[in-house]
This record gives sequence, structure tokens and C-alpha cells, in this order.
Amino acid sequence: MSISVRNLSMFALMALLFVTVGFMQSWDVSLALLNMCIISAIMALGVNIQWGYAGLFNVGTMGFAALGGLAAMLVSVPPVQGAWQAGGAGIFGGLVAALLTVAAGVYMWRRTAQLGRRRYWLTGLVVLAGYVVMRAIIDPAVEAIEAVDVTTSGFLGGLGMPIIFSWFVGGLFAAGAAWVVGKISLGLRSDYLAIATLGISEIIIYFLKFEEWLTRGVKNVTGLPRPVPYEIDLKQSPTFQSWASGLDMSIETAASLTVKLCYAGLFSVVLLVVLYLSEVALRSPWGRMMRAIRDNETAAAAMGKNVTSRHLQVFILGSAVVGIAGAMLTTLDGQFNPPTYQPLRFTFLIWVMVIIGGSGNNWGAVLGGFVIWFFWIEAEPIGLWLMGALTSGMAPDHWLRLHLIESAAHMRLLTMGLVLLLVLRFAPRGLIPEVKR
Amino acid sequence: MSFLVGEEMVCGYGGADILHGCTIGVEPGEIAVVVGPNGAGKSTAMKAMFGMLGLREGRVLLEGEDISRLKPQERVLRGMGFVPQTNNVFTSMTVEENLEMGAFIRRDDIATTMRQVFDLFPILHEKRAQPAGELSGGQRQQVAVGRALMTQPKILMLDEPTAGVSPIVMDELFDRIIEVAQTGIAILMVEQNAKQALNIADRGYVLVQGRNAYTDTGAALMADPEVRRAFLGG
Amino acid sequence: MSDVLNALVILANFVIVPGLAYGSQLALGALGVTLVYAVLRFSNFAHGETMAIGTMFVILATWGLQSAGIGFGPLPTALLALPVGIFAAIILCLVTDRLVYRYYRRQKASGVIYLIVSVGVMFVYNGLIRFVIGPRDQVFADGQRFIIKAREFKNMTGLNEGLAIKTTQVVTVVTAIITVAAVFWFLNRTRTGKSMRAFSDNEDLALLSGINPDRVVMIAWIMTAALATIAGTLYGLDKSFKPFVYLQLLLPIFAAAIVGGVGNPIGAIAGGFVIAFSELFVTFAYKRVVTYLVPESMAPDTLVQFLSTDYKFAVSFVILVIVLLVKPTGIFSGKSL
Repeated sequence: MSISVRNLSMFALMALLFVTVGFMQSWDVSLALLNMCIISAIMALGVNIQWGYAGLFNVGTMGFAALGGLAAMLVSVPPVQGAWQAGGAGIFGGLVAALLTVAAGVYMWRRTAQLGRRRYWLTGLVVLAGYVVMRAIIDPAVEAIEAVDVTTSGFLGGLGMPIIFSWFVGGLFAAGAAWVVGKISLGLRSDYLAIATLGISEIIIYFLKFEEWLTRGVKNVTGLPRPVPYEIDLKQSPTFQSWASGLDMSIETAASLTVKLCYAGLFSVVLLVVLYLSEVALRSPWGRMMRAIRDNETAAAAMGKNVTSRHLQVFILGSAVVGIAGAMLTTLDGQFNPPTYQPLRFTFLIWVMVIIGGSGNNWGAVLGGFVIWFFWIEAEPIGLWLMGALTSGMAPDHWLRLHLIESAAHMRLLTMGLVLLLVLRFAPRGLIPEVKR
Repeated sequence: MSFLVGEEMVCGYGGADILHGCTIGVEPGEIAVVVGPNGAGKSTAMKAMFGMLGLREGRVLLEGEDISRLKPQERVLRGMGFVPQTNNVFTSMTVEENLEMGAFIRRDDIATTMRQVFDLFPILHEKRAQPAGELSGGQRQQVAVGRALMTQPKILMLDEPTAGVSPIVMDELFDRIIEVAQTGIAILMVEQNAKQALNIADRGYVLVQGRNAYTDTGAALMADPEVRRAFLGG
Repeated sequence: MSDVLNALVILANFVIVPGLAYGSQLALGALGVTLVYAVLRFSNFAHGETMAIGTMFVILATWGLQSAGIGFGPLPTALLALPVGIFAAIILCLVTDRLVYRYYRRQKASGVIYLIVSVGVMFVYNGLIRFVIGPRDQVFADGQRFIIKAREFKNMTGLNEGLAIKTTQVVTVVTAIITVAAVFWFLNRTRTGKSMRAFSDNEDLALLSGINPDRVVMIAWIMTAALATIAGTLYGLDKSFKPFVYLQLLLPIFAAAIVGGVGNPIGAIAGGFVIAFSELFVTFAYKRVVTYLVPESMAPDTLVQFLSTDYKFAVSFVILVIVLLVKPTGIFSGKSL
């Protein structure tokens, strides 16, 4: 089967690239790269589930990843007692008020179907009134919470549970958000779905950036607990010390590598589980039906398949996977930092991964995740090396040489764009094309 | 037949052929009508003669010249005008703008032609500043025909001009078409309303399954008992 | 009476004047997006970066003019450099169309494919900008900064509150008016402009009428490039040139185009102002205005703000989502789903 051999060799090539980096730069860098690649691959898988199975163009990946990160933070950080006492009740009251407002709004909408224009005004008024009430309850609570220990906390804190649970919780958060987003926007046509999902994900990020009582906003929550050992602990452990000297490695390097390898192990397990489940789903009757809907929606609807609810299922599943990856990312970073969730780096880059890898194919998405992230990071060293080689004939302070070297770091955007355009034009099915069953 | 004729046309969409060697033609000032049951290939024949569909066999001659290879826009330049069945006006543009667009390929002064069109369709003059999308079905058809007339064509081809239009409006449309023919323009028309169409036809073609079944003057076809029984409801 | 005037001045200073300027910028941006949508039938995600790259060309030309000692008096020198920037942007857009988009037109690709392709173009443009001018902020406005300063205003009128009007704000509104008038004249009064409207309305019929599709596409790109450059330059003059901010502007611009009715030029203008004023009205702190208008005893303690200013961009997204759900064709009924 030549296709499988081709695919395997591509993965082997990928492994070779990691080894090359290990030798040419350092194993530390290589492993760090590997971990990020695995996370990217999982995100690409999530997006592929939505695009490949159902043809849904979701440009809101960033928001779901951020929600996953939020989960990681909320699950693992210990609660701030003072804050809960100061404002916990107010927050709770505010949330209740918010839910009641939404319920009242929906009720008003449903009951006034016959009133025509007035319906909009009435519902709007109800929602507005409810909003004002909610703000009245929640604002003082927010102020109180943010005033508690401003420099070190100023927020509610979390549950103080092991962070590894948060990966699952991250998936749940993302799934919940996806349900809401999907209910609202899945009826829209693809262009508009893309814009709507992009907009909604931006709103989520804004919320996370500025609601400091929940997330500390731009001040970040750092020092999140870990599922793997700390380097410091390893370095102080006598067994580890003797093991490291036995391998003839410095204790620093050994500790760093070990931690990364532990993460790599955990992440790989998650990747393999998600991949396995995705493949099973793809081959199942459910998966076949999904693809039937994607390929000919009108026919499928005519056959009585509930297209919208199927789309919603896929949307939720894909987003949940992205949420899990988001939680893993925050775990790896050890901090929750809302401003880092940029659309270019998260949403659009992941789309490049899916397209290059082979949209509609899970293995393709994984490979795409690896390949694109690898070159996204390696573009800088490669670019610097390239620029250095190109301008080696020039004087060291020649303005063009300096400018080129300084810009080398930015080459990756240009390169990524060119790669995307070239692949879309000349190899639109990607590295590992979808297999028609 | 010397003016416009499509000879022995064989063509279709995709794999299957719809026309199996049918011939249709029209002379200046004449009204030729193509009728037949559904799926007979009437619209297909029209599209083939206008160049919107390629011919597998056969050819289209205009004033003796083979134009089978020309694109529709080029045929417009040669003096052919086409009124499609649907989507035949620019709905967001005013009636006057529609007529201006109809004359797009012309570089000379179109004011005279526009006046002629307004004389022919007085209601268009009245509604000239209104968007075509706001007009009734019958008025829209008038805009569509007017638009095609703006190039001062020698032949006007109409694809089911009375589709979806009330009987009174249909009569009015046919009256107008007769007036247009009287100015010397050849009219080639595909019609579903066979009886009314053949009434005004100088020449009629009855197509069945992509072939000519009957060809004669309109009056003769109306009088023919077989044709009446099969296609005109007795 | 003076209380009411003071309240009005605050509103004018913080909401109305900035809203007019910002609305003009969004309107021009939305006009470009809506043109591409009407003629080429896809949502151009690279439009923000097109604005940025056009502005970059203008900045480079401005620097050239400034170093040659050429100025424009009280007005920003960038206005002189504008034609150069527009020309460069037009060339770039035409080249991009020829190399990238034309292939997909021949293929009759679906809208989603175009969208993804435009994302690729976005990456490339962004990379080009960083490569040429770098990622840092650039301030390139010069000339007289204020037409009227707050203090001058207070002296003139004797009111408590001052109204400051920046030169760039007036330049924005005037330029926008001129540009919009030119665009509308072109679309409604010239043969070519009408042929573009016809092409957007009914492509098949337009082709049948002998309208040349390649020419229409080319003119659409020319207009879009010009509009993007003007909009981007005006925004950059008013605030500053940050390469990254134009990606953020993409959503308010799309919101403006869709809210107004995508594909409809009037809609783009209206949408621009709706979005701009909504953002400002919803996130403004009305405390001082209310204080002027109500009796002393009822003066508010809180800021009286619906949403904090941090959420400014979020407002346009919320409006966009609401419009997409309630009336996707927008206020002026553009092309619908």
C-alpha cells in the first residue's frame, strides 16, 4: 500500500527533523518543540473534525483554546479566601441575575411572536433592565474582590485541584461555549459563520482579559501547579543525581530534559487517545453520515437527517478537543496569560496546519500540526542562518545586512503565507489527502 | 432559409445529447415559434443558436456565414439579441439603467433607440427611474425585451417570454412582439403556451425529443388535426 | 442653560467628534470590503492588511517628502504622499489578483476557498510590512495638531468644558466626504461604474450584455486598494501606525459592511457610522454629562458606563452577531445569505 508507506515516511521525516534540531541546536530545544507540536497537532485535530467531517469553517479556535487555559487555571489555583468572603455572594447573585435576564429575554421573545416590530423593543427593554440589575449586584462584588491583595491576587482563585483534571474540564468549558456559539451561529452560511465565530472568540478573549475578578486579567496567573516533577526537586534528589552522572550529563540538562520528556509522554498519550477516538468516529456510521451531509447537504436533509443538530454535535466535539489542547498548553506554560491569545497565532496558524496537512484527514491534521509549528518556530533560526549566508559578503554594519538580519525573525509570517498560498494552489489536498471511502 | 438558421444541430449537457439533428430558422420581419412537450429541447435549441451551448454536430448560419464558433457576446455584436427566461433584468438598477446596460456594446448615441423602446413600451417610460426589481412580472418582461432591443438587433430571440405571466399580460406581450417584428426584426421564440404562440407565428416548429416533428406556418399547424390533438389539446 | 451646553460639549468632545472621524475611517474601509464582496463575491480577510500596507507605502513616501524638506503647511504631509501610496497599493493588489485570485476565478471556487486564500494573502502582506518597516509603532502625522484647543474653546465660549478638534479629525471627515462622493459619482453616473453595478447584480446577464469581466474585476481592485490606503492613512494619522492594529480593525470593518448591508455601498457608509457611534456611546462614561443635567442631589457616584472602554471592539462584534442573526441582509439589504 504505497499511500501508507508515503505517510509513514513523512512522519519519519518529521522525526528526523527533531533529531536534527537536537544535534544542531540542543535537545532541550528539540523537546520543547516536540511538546508544542503535539499540542498544536491536537488543536489541528479539533479543527479538522469540524472542517473535515462537516465542512464547518470555524475561525474562533482562539476562544476555545483560551477557555481551556482558563479551566487549567481555575481548577488548579487555590481559592483566595478573602476574595470569596468579600465578593463571592455578589458574584453568585450577579450570575443568577444574568441567567434570569437571559431566561426572561428568551421568554419575552417567544411569547410576543405576534407583535411584529414591538417584539424587538420589548425584548430589548427586558434584557436592558435585567442587565442594569445584574451590574448593580455584581459591580460592588467585583470591586471588593479585586481589592483583596491586589499585587498577588485580586481575584477569586480556583478549586485547588490537580491540574491534570483541568484538561478534561477544559474540554467541558469549550464544549459548553461551543454549544452556545453553535446554537447562535450554525445557521449562517460559511463566510458569515467564519466572521461570527471570529467575533465571538474575540469577545471571549476580551472577557478573559478584562474581568480581573475571575482571571486577574493582564496581570496573569503564574506559578500554576504541575503534573510532572519540578526541575528543582529533581536536581536535589540523590537518585536523580547519580543517574544523571551515570549518563554523563550535567544535572541541569538532565533535569530539564526529564521534565520535558515527562510532558511529552503525557501529551502523546492524549494525542493518541484523541486520534484513536477520531478515527473510530470517522469510520463509524455516524462518521459516514456526517460526511454524507457535508458532501450534499440538501440531499441529506431531504432524507430526513437533522443537519443542524449533526453540525452542532461536530462543532461541540471539535471545540472540546481544542479546549483540551488549550488546557494542556496552559499547563505547559505554567501560567494563564490572556493577552497571548492572538488570532494570528492561534486561529489562522492552525488553519494553515489543517490545510497543509490535508483537510478531512486526521493523520493529515496531526502531521500538519507538527510540520507547521516546527517551521513556525524554526523559521527564525533558519532565516537568520540564511540571511547570514546571503549577506556574508557584505560589511558587518552594512544597512541592508543589518535590516535583513533584523527582519529575519519576521520571515515566518511571510513564509507561512507563501506556503499556504502555494499549497492551496498546487497541492490543495494537502500532504495527506482525505481518503475517499 | 437565408437569414438565421441552425442546421442539423446535435448537442446536449454533459454526456447525453438533447438535440438529435434539429433545424430551426427565421427570416427578417418573421415570427418563428418553437413549441413542443417538456424536455423536447426547445430551450436547448435556443441556447445553441445563441452560443451558450456548444454544438457537437451541425452549425449555425447568420446571413450565410457560419457563426458556430462565436461566443454569445460576439453574436450580440453581429446583431443577435437574447432575452433569457429568468434573471433577465438587473433588479437593483433602474429601468433606464437597464436599457443603458443593454446598449453597453454600443459606443454611439443611444438616445434615439431608447426613445423607440419607450414608444414601444410606454409603461417603461413612466417607470424609468424605478428599480426593475420593483416592477410586476409582465413589466419586467417588457424591460427584458427592451434591454435586448437596445443593441438594435436584427434578430431577437426570446426564451419562454410569457412564463409565469397572467393571460392578459401575455396577450399584451404578444402584441408588442408583433410590433417589434413589424419593424423588420426577425423574432425567434420558444414558448410553452403553444396555442397562443402559434396564433401569431409566421412559422412554427414542433420539436419532439430533440427532433423536428412538424414544420409549417403557424396557421397550418393550428389547423392540423394531429398537431392539435397531440400538443394543442384538441 | 449653560449646564446643558456643557453636557453637550462633553458629548461632542468625547463622542461626537471622535465618532465622526472613526466612523469615516470605518466607512471607507467597509466600502472597500463591500466592493470586493459585490464584484468578486468573497469576504476579503486580507483587507485589514491591505489598509496597513497602503499606509506603509504612504509613510515611506511621507518620510521621503519630509527629508526633502517638503511640507504641507498646517496639514499633514502624508496627504501629499497619498497618491504615491495609493499607486503602490493598486499595483500590489493587481499583482495579487493576477498571481493568486485569478486562478480560483477560473476554477469557479467556492467562497470559503477564497476566504482561506485571502488568509494566506493576509499572512504575506503582514510579513511584508514587518519586513519593510518593522513591527514598531510609527507616528507620521505632522503639521498643526489642533484646529481648536480645549483651552481656546473655553476662553471663546466661557463654558466649563472644552472642545478640542484635531486637524486629523477634520482631514478625515473632509477626505472621506470627497472620496465617498467620488465613488458614488463613479458608480451612478459613469458607464463603467454602472457596468460594475450590473456585474454585481447579475453576472450572467452582464456578460451577455458584453460587459468585460476582467475589466470590472480590475477596476474593483483599483478602487479597493485606493479606499484601503486612504482609510488606513487617515486612521494612522489620527492614532498612529501600528502594524498589528489593522488586523483588529478588520472585525469592526466587516461589522460595518454587514450591518449596513454587504454589497451595498450606501450600506457600508451607514454601517461605518453605526458601528463607530455604537462603540463610543456604549463605552462612554456618562458621569459628568449626567451630573450637568440632573439636580445636585441626584448626581451619580459611579461612572455610569454600560461597558468599560476595554470592551470597545467587543461592541462591534456583538452588533455584528445580532445583525447576522436578526437581519443578515443588513440595514440597506445587501446581498443576502
